[in-house]
Amino acid sequence: MAGQGNIIYINGPVVKADHMEDFTVREMVMVGEKKLIGEVISLEKDRGTIQVYEETSGLRVGEKVSGTGRPLSVKLGPGIIGNIFDGIERPLSKIYDSGFKFIPEGIGLISIDESKLWDVEMLAKEGDILKPGDVFAKVQETSMVVHKVMVPPGISGRVVSVAKSGSYTIHDTLVVLEKDGMRNELKMYQEWPVRKPRPVAQRMPIEKLLVTGQRVIDTFFPLAKGGTAAIPGGFGTGKTITQHQLAKWSDADIIVYIGCGERGNEMTEVLEDFPKLKDPRTGNPLMDRTVLIANTSNMPVAAREASIYTGITIAEYFRDMGYNVAIMADSTSRWAEALREIAGRLEEMPAEEGYPAYLASRLAAFYERAGYVRNLNGTEGSITVIGAVSPAGGDFSEPVTQSTKRIVGAFLALDRELAHARHFPSINWLSSYSGYVPMLGDWFRQNVASDIMALRSKMLKILQEENKLMDIVKLVGEDVLPDDQRVILEIARIIKTGYLQQNAYHPQDSYVPLSRQYSMLKVIDRLYDRAYSCVRRGIPLSKIKDEALFSDIIMMKYNTSDEKPELFQELCDRIDRYYDSLESMYKEGAADEG
Amino acid sequence: MKVKYLKLDKAEGPLIVMNEVRDAVYDEIVEIEMADGEFRTGKVVQIDRDRVIIQVFQGTSGISLNDVSVSFTGKPMEIPLSREILGRVFNGTAMPIDGAGEIYSNNTYNINGRPMNPVARLYPRNYIQTGISSIDGLITLIRGQKLPIFSGDGLPHNQLAAQIVRQARISDEEAGKFAVVFAAMGIKHDEADFFRKVFEEAGVMDRVIMFLNLADDPVVERIITPRCALTAAEYLAFECDMHVLVIMTDITSYCEALREISSAREEVPSRKGYPGYLYSDLASLYERAGMLKGSKGSITQIPILTMPNDDITHPVPDLTGYITEGQIVLNRSLYQMGIYPPINVLPSLSRLMKDGIGKEYTREDHPDVANQVFSAYSRVQEIRALAQVIGEDELSETDKKYMEFGRQFEERFAKQDFEENRDINTTLDLMWELLTILPEQELTRIDPSLVKKYLRK
Repeated sequence: MAGQGNIIYINGPVVKADHMEDFTVREMVMVGEKKLIGEVISLEKDRGTIQVYEETSGLRVGEKVSGTGRPLSVKLGPGIIGNIFDGIERPLSKIYDSGFKFIPEGIGLISIDESKLWDVEMLAKEGDILKPGDVFAKVQETSMVVHKVMVPPGISGRVVSVAKSGSYTIHDTLVVLEKDGMRNELKMYQEWPVRKPRPVAQRMPIEKLLVTGQRVIDTFFPLAKGGTAAIPGGFGTGKTITQHQLAKWSDADIIVYIGCGERGNEMTEVLEDFPKLKDPRTGNPLMDRTVLIANTSNMPVAAREASIYTGITIAEYFRDMGYNVAIMADSTSRWAEALREIAGRLEEMPAEEGYPAYLASRLAAFYERAGYVRNLNGTEGSITVIGAVSPAGGDFSEPVTQSTKRIVGAFLALDRELAHARHFPSINWLSSYSGYVPMLGDWFRQNVASDIMALRSKMLKILQEENKLMDIVKLVGEDVLPDDQRVILEIARIIKTGYLQQNAYHPQDSYVPLSRQYSMLKVIDRLYDRAYSCVRRGIPLSKIKDEALFSDIIMMKYNTSDEKPELFQELCDRIDRYYDSLESMYKEGAADEG
Repeated sequence: MKVKYLKLDKAEGPLIVMNEVRDAVYDEIVEIEMADGEFRTGKVVQIDRDRVIIQVFQGTSGISLNDVSVSFTGKPMEIPLSREILGRVFNGTAMPIDGAGEIYSNNTYNINGRPMNPVARLYPRNYIQTGISSIDGLITLIRGQKLPIFSGDGLPHNQLAAQIVRQARISDEEAGKFAVVFAAMGIKHDEADFFRKVFEEAGVMDRVIMFLNLADDPVVERIITPRCALTAAEYLAFECDMHVLVIMTDITSYCEALREISSAREEVPSRKGYPGYLYSDLASLYERAGMLKGSKGSITQIPILTMPNDDITHPVPDLTGYITEGQIVLNRSLYQMGIYPPINVLPSLSRLMKDGIGKEYTREDHPDVANQVFSAYSRVQEIRALAQVIGEDELSETDKKYMEFGRQFEERFAKQDFEENRDINTTLDLMWELLTILPEQELTRIDPSLVKKYLRK
């Protein structure tokens, strides 16, 4: 029998109660007459401190706190994909269907749909020996996801009875396992405490690219399956659009999108857009592989703290099935602020900028749940974590950005200046980095082209060079530079406007496969080589810079398509023709003078 | 039966502390009667066994520890609402101050509201024509959006807000369904009078509801004012199907009041002494903008805030910008150059614009031409910086054209009379006209077919 406490203190989401001897730390509890959901965060003698995931307005001293005997957990089973949940996995669409346009309190613990019938295909047979993670049934959850029903961690045994394939709810028993005389009934769902990482057999090295279709990311600052990335940026720099683009186009099997302390309309936008958007690889609606966790900025702050864990636990569950999962957390700063707010109410000693001292370790523990792994059932799966960071005042030296930067593998710094110039995605190519470049080199060479890494370094070098030259240009103007430096500026301009800028709202440009990215790089590279060699021959830049040719290369992102790869060859041929004739003209000119 | 308590333990700043209180409810309203018969209200902000901390909206000045009587209502703050509120003026705690009597209604509403279920929201897509070129062309306002004005002391943010209210065109069949809710927090009497005059001149006074907490009114009351205003707005939008424009000014005073209470409660401060929950608190206001499925009304918010020292990284504008759907930033040097409205379009932004402009809403060329004007004007800034060093004469020909573009952009496009109302086609045509100054190959942001169709038309 779980314990019962007595409320003695209320301060926003923090409630204290006495008679709490029977409770455990991190136990999920029901608070007050409305049965608000909360979690025990500390115990001292008979007193316990509880964070409440719902609005505490109207609560009084003396109301009861009852325990549930288990830590804050989520139900994992069919019905997750395509759905939208709050921070503790309560289905918002179901709440809406029951007539709540505004979030009510005390709706209790509801989760995935318990009455829906699923078509189950049984895979286990009587007499099979099953161990944790083994798949004993499967369900076509959506057009894109086959839900593999697994034996929960910690349970194993011999199958003594199996249900027939057919329609079942998540509460029906599908398989009974026996071990040492003990029987375990397996259903379509399992429960798992959100703060505890699900077990895996082995972590594997990272070596595969997470293809995002975003040129600046894939080519210059690649993300890896199983890797981690942070996207910091002040307001208005396009964090959310970048996260949405990644959620739409990255080649993960499952997307978990956590709207953590962000705008309500942004979640609505995803809900309205994703069912209409088609996955570029399968043609199915993108919503069929997406899960949304929404704790908007005006929803209770304690549930914001939990939403990140709910999201990653769902991600781990699908990883265990052998899927590549990408999880977007927008924004981890709001999560950190929720930590700070609760820590403040607990009167904990603050560290930097009022954040609790354990900020960095909590962040690290969250990002560490990413990885490329071999699962208990022998399949391989991965979780890629991409966290947005919203630094106060756009200043990257603040604690959340700095603590995150230490942990993540890729850092995509969004730049306010670029955003003001409407250069999107506003990823700054000088301050961003990806630690996955060395690990992904082989993958790129095998799957894209042998020279892509060399091209990448060459383009980055041009951009670096341009940055140095711009310091001079800002002082004295462009005209005084020698032509061999001005050609760098021209090519850098093409890379910036023609390649790095990508229009999320243009049908041709929103998603660009690697093959097209590579072709575009080749065209720019050809232009650079030919233009540079002309400069070395003393041909003036005004002749080298052919307005029509340059502008067509900048516009190639709109004018070329995957269906017509020959257009790139035509562009290259045009470059060759133009510079061939230019060179021969000057050769004659030089000969004449001689 | 109400229990009255006759003794306070402590009174300090905005807070009173009482002991031996039984059955206090978190967040409930308490009524405080003073010796001279004056009534004050407060709210329970912390309960520790029988010790209760109460935040008094009118402050504790004049309160004695013994000569008071405090009664607990058991309910959070609620206000009565009916259609009769249209045209009325209230103080910061929703008490009528226009002498036209109380609001009688069977329905009372909790001023704290509740978070909208994201599933129940309708994504805003209809644009509002404000008749102001910088806004319509480059920072388009969408019905159901929250779009703050980031201003500074002495800048004409009030004029701009007034001009938006006057010109925000609502089509004729919907004219009867339009209302303005005005929440003043710590602004001066003459500012409040200015708005009242503007509303009267625009002939919309009978559709305006004003909640006034002026500079000399109690500071803590400021926490309540916007919540009353938004509750009224929600009532009109979601129960009476009206399109409500909410103007809240000045958010900076609101945040300062919040800071004052926070420091009185000895909470751990975060940046610049503001409480760590400032973000969540502001969100609980701003997120009340929007539209709901199944109801015809909408709430559009234009909060106004003055950036202390014109610093956009100050916590108030910074956190606001993270919550709102864009911002309109006013700029002092533009104003000093005689440009009204002095909107600096580069740091300004409307996040919902992308879905509310273009073919089906404004005109097909709008997205591209706006994008081009933004990037050209941003280039102007770079070139101006260069011209300051090397002199304008030394600039390249293209750069000189950009300089000209910048001048004309500010003088002809951004600058506009307080009375001038430009429709969207005029604004868009003007943008094309400005772009003719630039060489055509510079127009890389516009689809070539649109250039052919609209340039030099």
